[in-house]
Amino acid sequence: MDLTLTPELATFREEVRAFLEAHGGEYEAGAPKDPKAWQRLLIDNGYAARTIPRAYGGFGAAPDGLKTRIIAEAFIDAGAPRGMSGQGISMLVPTLLEVGSEEQKTRWIPPTLSGDIIWCQGYSEPGAGSDLANLQTKAVEDGEDFLISGSKIWTSTAAQAQMMFCLVRTEPDKPKHEGISYILFPMDTPGIEVRPLKTMTGQAEFNEVFFTDVRVPKTNVVGGRGRGWQVANTTLKHERGMLGDPNATEARLKQLIELMKSETVDGQRIIDNPIFRDRLMQLQARVLSMKFNGLRTMTDDTAGLARLVVKLQGCELNHQVAALAIDALGELGILYQDGPHLRAKGRWQWNYMFDLGLIIGGGTAQIQKNIISERGLGMPREPKTVEA
Amino acid sequence: MRFALSEDQTMLQDSLNRTLADLVPLERVRRFADDEGPQQVSDIWMRLAEMGLPGLMIPEEQGGLGLGMLEAALASEALGKVAAAAPFLGSAVLAPLALKLAGTDEQRRRWLPKLATGAVTAGVAISEPIAGARDGAGVTAADGRLTGQALFALNATGADLLVVADKNGGLHLTHIAEAAEPMPSIDVTRRLTALTFKDTPAEALASNGALDRLRDAAWILLAADTLGAAQAMLDKAVAYAKERKQFGRTIGSFQAVKHLCAEMAAELEPARALVWYAAYAFDHAPDEAPLMAAHAKAHTSEIGRFIARTATEVHGGIGMTDLLGLHFWFKRIGQNRQLLGGPEKVREIAARMQGLAA
Ligand SMILES: Cc1cc2nc3c(=O)[nH]c(=O)nc-3n(C[C@H](O)[C@H](O)[C@H](O)COP(=O)(O)OP(=O)(O)OC[C@H]3O[C@@H](n4cnc5c(N)ncnc54)[C@H](O)[C@@H]3O)c2cc1C
Repeated sequence: MDLTLTPELATFREEVRAFLEAHGGEYEAGAPKDPKAWQRLLIDNGYAARTIPRAYGGFGAAPDGLKTRIIAEAFIDAGAPRGMSGQGISMLVPTLLEVGSEEQKTRWIPPTLSGDIIWCQGYSEPGAGSDLANLQTKAVEDGEDFLISGSKIWTSTAAQAQMMFCLVRTEPDKPKHEGISYILFPMDTPGIEVRPLKTMTGQAEFNEVFFTDVRVPKTNVVGGRGRGWQVANTTLKHERGMLGDPNATEARLKQLIELMKSETVDGQRIIDNPIFRDRLMQLQARVLSMKFNGLRTMTDDTAGLARLVVKLQGCELNHQVAALAIDALGELGILYQDGPHLRAKGRWQWNYMFDLGLIIGGGTAQIQKNIISERGLGMPREPKTVEA
Repeated sequence: MRFALSEDQTMLQDSLNRTLADLVPLERVRRFADDEGPQQVSDIWMRLAEMGLPGLMIPEEQGGLGLGMLEAALASEALGKVAAAAPFLGSAVLAPLALKLAGTDEQRRRWLPKLATGAVTAGVAISEPIAGARDGAGVTAADGRLTGQALFALNATGADLLVVADKNGGLHLTHIAEAAEPMPSIDVTRRLTALTFKDTPAEALASNGALDRLRDAAWILLAADTLGAAQAMLDKAVAYAKERKQFGRTIGSFQAVKHLCAEMAAELEPARALVWYAAYAFDHAPDEAPLMAAHAKAHTSEIGRFIARTATEVHGGIGMTDLLGLHFWFKRIGQNRQLLGGPEKVREIAARMQGLAA
């Protein structure tokens, strides 16, 4: 264990703090006033896309867990928004860096990092959710192109996205894991129709997407034809890291503490109610555990199991943080539409609902438990009853 | 930066685990409850002394290994894993810490070398000012004499030296009590004692808040002990689930069972990072240590309880039996939970530390 702040790191921390102080006017209530300008500023200073090579529009620093942590902590303390995330930046970019061609990297990574291209992830289908390898959307060869037909569902941000990274079946005769390819295409390609799906939050965070003979050049395949399953697993690994991100949880807990200190019932602060306070302390211990677990996964070779549990534990914890906020708000916690008594623009209410979706999305809690028990604890796989 | 054990720490952990697995098999755990229990404890302690365990945290000048709280946490974890009986917490950690923080040079010279070899052992009675007084217990100090009762004293049976906290949190050294009555508890692996003092002569240690540091150390090590015990229970449950067959298949292939095991692992693994950090902070980030120690203690108490009952459940009927002996770990985790403050109490203190409670 070596977490000492060397003089160099102490200086680095001062730099980050000074940066945030100097630019405090560029964000409000934890959100940037101009998201793209903020993103540019963060990349230029090494606070976003930090370890992505300069050639691809990143900052190009060597990986350094402690600096990453210092940045995260300073942003949390200042209540400052982090760089952009989302499926393009958090999932596609690391995947391209790992398995993309040079041409794909230079073409797609820079505009993704800058926020000019928003991506959506076309994996799930009506018949292929947890059993993703069962996907049926097909891509048929036609000269130098593929013609894609079929449909995707639960596709987040498909209505806003300019591009999709998508799993399609290119080899229908091969066993189900071997016939899949990972392919990129613009959402305005003829033959694509997006139908928003409204969720319980009242918004349409995800969509259905239909493909009819969508023409995509074969060169848009990432990681080799028929290798989509391996490539997708690279992406899923990054998705699970993003969904359970302990820094985001820590920032939320801090907002929750502020909420409980400022809200009163009959003149008594919520934090002075011992039952709520005890629930808060229980969650704080969990948030700290996940924070240190996160530090450990970055630097400890023996942290295999620690890595496998992040998605399951992190998403559940986010949901519980939102749940305590709702309960602390009491009757105010049921308000949702704009009105004089609504708190934080209804963000806690939205989080409480949407975070449940993140327990399901990206591999459900049950699938995570299968993975933990099989890969982490070496327990037997489910016996197959029917050949799917 | 590295959030991981060093090579030396990993070696210490491995050798402790290996030694303890040989030294404390289940048949031996069973005998802790017998009349020969105290003899077992001192045999084990003498064997562990060959590895330097009694002097783990005692400075090298005084014959110890001069290691830190993270090493002590690894030792506690290893002891918890086999449910070993040993006066580690009192003799090797809390008493030396009290002497280091609040003793005189003379007291240190007198006691530390002997504690380091394991030739003498120390008991510690600090429950009342930390967890609160029950049944009118509490010790008052006046003119170098102690009077009153201290309950739940640790490692005090047969101890040559006692560190006693009075009602106001002052620390005292004494070797005798008017009476030392056993407090038979659920956990036969670590005996508790009720000490009675009646104008008992004692040397007062410096009044400098050392008790808070003792409390933090004890919380961290009880947490580490639970970590080890819970890991042992999880390992046993997984091993059993891979072996036991029902309905023509191993029960570990039933999802209901797999998911229980996954939940235990998912709770346990991040708690390890919290305990490590609390121990690290004790030596290297003292401002953070009290809160981290409190959370480590309270949180491992909660997940420990979950794992203790769930691992038992995975075993079915045999999980309940004395024959299998799973209950030794179940009870050890239960005892760690209540000792020096149950989780509700500890969380209240954690809130106070942050100015979130009056
Ligand atoms: C908010 C949100 C955003 C999403 N965004 C995207 C996106 O951008 N792109 C995308 O491709 N997909 C997205 N998804 C889809 C998501 O990946 C799937 O919903 C998820 O994988 C589960 O698939 P399913 O919905 O078909 O449920 P099913 O697989 O039908 O599962 C239903 C229930 O059965 C359980 N179950 C299934 N199989 C097993 C098993 N083997 N063992 C035990 N239990 C099992 C599940 O745990 C669940 O409780 C999103 C989902 C949500 C909720």
